[in-house]
Amino acid sequence: VSRDVDWRASVALVGTVVKYLAVTMLVPLVVALVYGDDVLVFVASIAITVGVGLVLEQLDDDPDLGTREALLLVSLSWLAVSVVGTVPYLLAGYGTASTLANPVNALFESTSGFTTTGATVLGEISTDRHSHAVLMWRQLTQWLGGMGIIVLMIAILPELAVNGAQLMQSEAPGPELQKLTPKIVGTARALWLIYFGFTVLYVAILYGLHLAGMAPNMDLYNAVAHGFTTLPTGGFSPEADSIAAFRPIVQWVVIPFMFVAGVNFALFWHVLQGEVRVLLDDPEFRTYAGASAVIAAVLAVLLFGGAAPALGDLGGTTEGVTENSLRQAAFQIASLLNSTGYATADFAKWGTDAQAVLLFAMFIGGSAGSTGGGVKVVRWLVVLKTIRRELFTTANPNTVQPVRLAGVVVDEEAIRGIMAFTLLYVLLLFGSAVVIAVDSARVGYDLTTLEAVSASLATIGNIGPGFGSLGPFGSYLNFSPVSKLLMVFLMWIGRLEIVPVLALVVGGLDRS
Amino acid sequence: VVAVRVIVVGAGEVGTSIADNLAESHDVVVVERDPSVVEDLTYAVDVLPIQGDGTDMAVLREAGIEDADMLIASTDNDEANIVACGTAKTVGDVFTVARVKRRNLLATWRGSEGAFGVDFMVSSDLLTAEAIFRISGVAGARDVDTFAGGLVRMAEFELREDCGMAGQTVQEADRWPALTFAAVFREEAVLVPTGDTRLAGGDRVVVIGSPDSVTEFAEAVAEGETNDARDVVIVGGSEVGFQTARTFEDHGYAPRLVERDPDRARELAEDLPRTTVLQNDATDVDFLEAERVDDADVIVAALSSDERNLLVSMLAERIGVERSVSVVQDPEYVDLFETVGVDVAVNPREETAEEIIRFTRDGATEKVAMLEHDRAEVLEVELDEESALVGRPLSEAVPDLPESIVVGAASRSGTLVTPRGDTVLQAGDHAVLFAETDDVEAIVAVI
Repeated sequence: VSRDVDWRASVALVGTVVKYLAVTMLVPLVVALVYGDDVLVFVASIAITVGVGLVLEQLDDDPDLGTREALLLVSLSWLAVSVVGTVPYLLAGYGTASTLANPVNALFESTSGFTTTGATVLGEISTDRHSHAVLMWRQLTQWLGGMGIIVLMIAILPELAVNGAQLMQSEAPGPELQKLTPKIVGTARALWLIYFGFTVLYVAILYGLHLAGMAPNMDLYNAVAHGFTTLPTGGFSPEADSIAAFRPIVQWVVIPFMFVAGVNFALFWHVLQGEVRVLLDDPEFRTYAGASAVIAAVLAVLLFGGAAPALGDLGGTTEGVTENSLRQAAFQIASLLNSTGYATADFAKWGTDAQAVLLFAMFIGGSAGSTGGGVKVVRWLVVLKTIRRELFTTANPNTVQPVRLAGVVVDEEAIRGIMAFTLLYVLLLFGSAVVIAVDSARVGYDLTTLEAVSASLATIGNIGPGFGSLGPFGSYLNFSPVSKLLMVFLMWIGRLEIVPVLALVVGGLDRS
Repeated sequence: VVAVRVIVVGAGEVGTSIADNLAESHDVVVVERDPSVVEDLTYAVDVLPIQGDGTDMAVLREAGIEDADMLIASTDNDEANIVACGTAKTVGDVFTVARVKRRNLLATWRGSEGAFGVDFMVSSDLLTAEAIFRISGVAGARDVDTFAGGLVRMAEFELREDCGMAGQTVQEADRWPALTFAAVFREEAVLVPTGDTRLAGGDRVVVIGSPDSVTEFAEAVAEGETNDARDVVIVGGSEVGFQTARTFEDHGYAPRLVERDPDRARELAEDLPRTTVLQNDATDVDFLEAERVDDADVIVAALSSDERNLLVSMLAERIGVERSVSVVQDPEYVDLFETVGVDVAVNPREETAEEIIRFTRDGATEKVAMLEHDRAEVLEVELDEESALVGRPLSEAVPDLPESIVVGAASRSGTLVTPRGDTVLQAGDHAVLFAETDDVEAIVAVI
């Protein structure tokens, strides 16, 4: 960390963030009261969280944020909420056989939650094993992390608004921040309101299906729980079988909402202003929608052709092979392309052809300004167009050709940043896969190459499920603590898009 | 507005040219900041030069803004020109003309007439670009202009010695019903053609008629050349070069643009999405051949120096480009360039002056095109009840007017009328006339 950073200011504000995190714990507390389970756990968690927050706040009673302090604040906040988020897991798990009683596991689960990754180390996901309240907290962490903790804080805390644009830029996914309103507070509030609005609508539809008798197990608890993890592209589910536990009609409802979660939320703001064209003309949205449709279609054909021998095993295939192929393909692509991580089938058991399609989709990621992870569609667009330009100018050396997105010229410096980010992402992805593989060999954990790469990809891309034993119904439990901590790091830097965290380490402050 | 007293702000190339043009028939005051330019002007042109800033009220008063009929702001700075017009408007009932470079200012002004206190706005670079585009689209033409909202087209062609029309009489050559032979320039003389006039190689023929007939005429004159120049190469990323590329783009073409400076080339590439920008020195023959510039239909030389434009045009001819159009800043060079091998020389000052001059004429003059350095003009006039051309056949009306007048075409409520001896024009018609410049004042006074 650079010498000139006023770390006290940053840490004091991290304290404020942590303090407010306690407020969100009221949600699982209410659940605990309703189900009469783990009430004390959440009372204690709230007390501890407020206490930690207050202590940290003492470091600086008038924090003043510069550029470096803002970077440090964003990076540390995500680390801090992940650490504090373990408190309910540790308290609830203490003295039980719960895998979350182990601090490393708890940190993994908490980080996986806030970063909307969705990778889990829970041994057995069921309300028999864990209280409704703890499982709801697990869901809630994803909802908080989706639109961004710092964005939420800017929306409610005036003192953060001063350097709000800098903070938001460090947290928001994508190469650049889009301001929607003259004041950054307005932008933060608009984004959270849209996010909140979609969540409410989604929960209402899910619960409506239940009331209409079309989704017997989608009760209010499940509707809210899945509402908390769909729009943030999270992927946690209190059901062991994820969305496969629900009827096809429910799965069809989930698909469009997962798709929406991967769209730049700023575009919906324009739609609300009556400017639908802004959404339809957006090059990233068009590519995202087009890529989703094409890849899903390819996958559907493969599935129809028998890539998934046991299609009928999961997901309630009552509608025949065609409907099932379509639904499974659309669901898995909507889930994996933008890093949600829900599943309606154990794709880890599919044929190599179908798995290759999924692996390809996982590389893409959501849109900039969405809640999705990964490299982001817009970066791939720029990378592809830049490569095309390079090829063209090789053949026509005199031609001067700027890279354009929907007619708008992309700055060469921005291109360099995007190229660097994408390369760094790939480098970290494969470098970490090597470390995970070596570490697993060290402890005697048998891992295939695909599993090692997918573990790395699923965590840095905030996707969740990988392949093989890490599939949608599998678990990351068997990794060694070293690998798990590496994955915690990958999830953390993956959510913050690598650069803010590394910039602090290197001392430079460039952001792609 | 019949302007008597005209104030020209800015004695740059365009400003001086306009002042010079108006000096004969009007009282012209020129406001210029640079004392040395003022000094030169005092002896060079018959105008009253005043040293000062045209946006300064005191200076404008000194120039007699209260009594002025017209103010032409023609400095190199868009904002200064607009402010000068706005300032003038606060004191006098003066018709203001502003010259601008930027197209967005022009667009704003067009969107709300009278904006900025500017009564008329021209962009010389854009006018030049449009002229280049018009000329490029008609094979073999030296000058092309449109009238009556596009209904009527005027074009000037030079007949080659081997051209089938050389040696024919006008009666034999005129095979197009909607076309009128308006004039023939032979050496220094202007001939008003009759049916018996025999055409010769080297004659410059002015025809006026429907766009289609002019295009067909062009095909007959310039055998083998293409009317639809698809492959256009523009050399030089000056403002004119940029506007030319833009104009071609706007009409659905994808031109190529050569610019030497890498930063400027990048800027152009960003602003011109459909243009292929090449960064190189256009006088490099290897480069021209490597990029197959020799296959181009038209090469437009739009560099900032006339000499380099000439060099590029001659190189283009050497490697076999069909047609070269060159921007020539110095009017003195226009003829010289056309003699040594440039097919068409376009002079930005002349294009701008054409636009502005009409406001110094009678209000009925809709449009003016100057030919052969203003030796003759083609003008569009809206006829009223009192006009000498209205109410009787042209065969009776025309002999009463100065000898050089030719009624080339007319438009009546959106349709083209091809004038013949028995045609009777009506009030409200727009007549497109050819006349020698010396006769224009007399003609405009009676029609």
